[in-house]
Amino acid sequence: MSTLPMVEPAINPVEPFLRTDRMPHIWCPGCGIGTTVNCFARALVESKLNLDKVAIVSGIGCTGRVAGYMRLDSFHTTHGRAIPFATGLKLANPELSVVVYSGDGDLIAIGGNHFIHAARRNVDLKVICINNFTYGMTGGQVAPTTPIGATATTTPYGCFERPFNLPYLAESSGAVYVARWTSFHVRHITRSMVEAFNKKGFSFIEIITPCPTLYLRRNKLGDSLDTMRYYKQKSVIKNGANTKEVEIALGGEIICGKFVDIERPTLGQSMSMQLSKSLGARYAAPGGR
Amino acid sequence: MKANPAGVLTGAHFLDGDQACCEGALAAGANFAAGYPITPSTEVVERFAARIPTVGGLFIQMEDELASSIAILGAAWAGKKVFTVTSGPGFSLMMEHIGLAAMTETPCVFVDVQRGGPSTGLPTLPGQADMMQARWGSHGDYETIALCPNSPQECFDLMIDAFNLAEQYRLPVLFMMDECVGHMTEKVVIPPADGIEIFPRRFTSLPPSEYKPFKPGTDGVPEMVKAGDGYRFHITGLTHDEQGYPAMNWREQEKLVRRLVEKVRKNTDQIVRYEERDIEDAEVVVVAYGITSRVALRAIQMARAEGIRVGLLRPIVVWPFPEKHIRELSEKVKAFVVVEMNYGQMVYEVERCAAGKARTELVDHGGGTVHEPEDVLKAIREVAR
Repeated sequence: MSTLPMVEPAINPVEPFLRTDRMPHIWCPGCGIGTTVNCFARALVESKLNLDKVAIVSGIGCTGRVAGYMRLDSFHTTHGRAIPFATGLKLANPELSVVVYSGDGDLIAIGGNHFIHAARRNVDLKVICINNFTYGMTGGQVAPTTPIGATATTTPYGCFERPFNLPYLAESSGAVYVARWTSFHVRHITRSMVEAFNKKGFSFIEIITPCPTLYLRRNKLGDSLDTMRYYKQKSVIKNGANTKEVEIALGGEIICGKFVDIERPTLGQSMSMQLSKSLGARYAAPGGR
Repeated sequence: MKANPAGVLTGAHFLDGDQACCEGALAAGANFAAGYPITPSTEVVERFAARIPTVGGLFIQMEDELASSIAILGAAWAGKKVFTVTSGPGFSLMMEHIGLAAMTETPCVFVDVQRGGPSTGLPTLPGQADMMQARWGSHGDYETIALCPNSPQECFDLMIDAFNLAEQYRLPVLFMMDECVGHMTEKVVIPPADGIEIFPRRFTSLPPSEYKPFKPGTDGVPEMVKAGDGYRFHITGLTHDEQGYPAMNWREQEKLVRRLVEKVRKNTDQIVRYEERDIEDAEVVVVAYGITSRVALRAIQMARAEGIRVGLLRPIVVWPFPEKHIRELSEKVKAFVVVEMNYGQMVYEVERCAAGKARTELVDHGGGTVHEPEDVLKAIREVAR
């Protein structure tokens, strides 16, 4: 009997970043969220950050569960309020790299007001928005991102509302970094995340992902593999594209790329600049107490 | 431990309740506040915004009350002592995060300078109609602690207690002022920092490998950590186990929520606080809190002059309610007269505790101004007859 050669056990390089004691996760087979989490873990490796100083904040929903799976200081907050929680966390400890990881419904519908204000203030947050065009956790309702004509449980005859164009919303609200990818673009996603980690200010990355259980099936768009094919065929990389022109239509072209990368003082910087100017030596910078 | 002198404005001052409340927060060591403007509470954060940059800490005006009430929770998990300030309509919006704070055991203080309601109601005029909302406002079962000052001096003193209780029991403490107390100016004496006792945050001394965020100590309260210290902890509003991980089943629900409730209920005797006047020989007890207690006191003096044996019970901590004490009094007195600026809220508690052993009469008022002492006197005469 021949002996098999010794094989080193395969170690998943992202495993140290995950709470493996919480696996299996809740996401459906074919869901795109896990792919983005893999990209996120790889971005953490590549960015060489001190992980004790990285905090992740999620809201509610399928993507809202991401925080709980990352081996980081992690916060699963209320629906729509991840950004204001993260704002408090970041202002209170500027040493932290604070990531907000949530879905389109959470960040843009119920949390829309917080989103535009955090971008306006240029809070130093890395906001990752998983856009699957629907509410997954609650069973496939219409979202402020659902393309016109797509059906959802609450628009059974087709969506008739114009969706938000998220990169345009982010840029016009004041984000200093704006990118969009699909879950087909794994290396691009990781690269954008690393860039966001290295950037000060409100960074926004939209990732288009398939929701096979609720969105694809209801809209007869095939399975996740068909969606990968669609992303491959119909996505166009246009770095620096005018965000006004990157709207997404049902079955249409998906313009991807890095659209915005500018410099602007962050909220923390503006605050201490203004207070130092007005108060001089009387200013006691936060954290001194 | 003693207060950090940086925030303590030692001396005798002439302050309104809102300003005194802010000074109390500063003396308690508050170094992060978030708020959204709303009458009649805004002066608290206006003063904080002016004072805190020279003390060490920060204020941010958020886009709404939902944002302010959760920004403070984020800051608390970064190690700050935090509070927010609002009035009725904003208090309604903050309910969700009072629940999140209760569930995640985040120490924080919510100030509600009550005005007339419901809805927009009477923005510039007093009310006391948020008392039951303070107890039951957020969904699900939880216990809070609520304090009710009746003077600017108490706005200062009790704010320190509010922060200490929030740290000791790790929960949201509600500071239930009213427009009159908030806008009334009186002498406020602020003691030296070494005369102010501070309950420090219950930070763990365990290493990350042994620490469990929701493992209770002997008093039912777990030890805390803060982000950035290498604990890699998880916090969620979902029902969770001692590790902080979601655990959605009835056993964990029973274990967690019972503990959240019992850490207050089992310590009620230590938390409850009230003031009594002329109670020894009283056959009628007037129960009143906040500004209303001062009107009630005038009525009591008038009734005493007529020879009626009447006293005052003023709950200072309104939640948990001084249940045991009312039960004891109900064995001895003829009647309770409950005076409040609403159409009957705390009267239900008095009635429940009196349990038919003493008559309970309400002197209600819709808010907008305080009661006339004569209306209270009339009720005292009526039940004393």
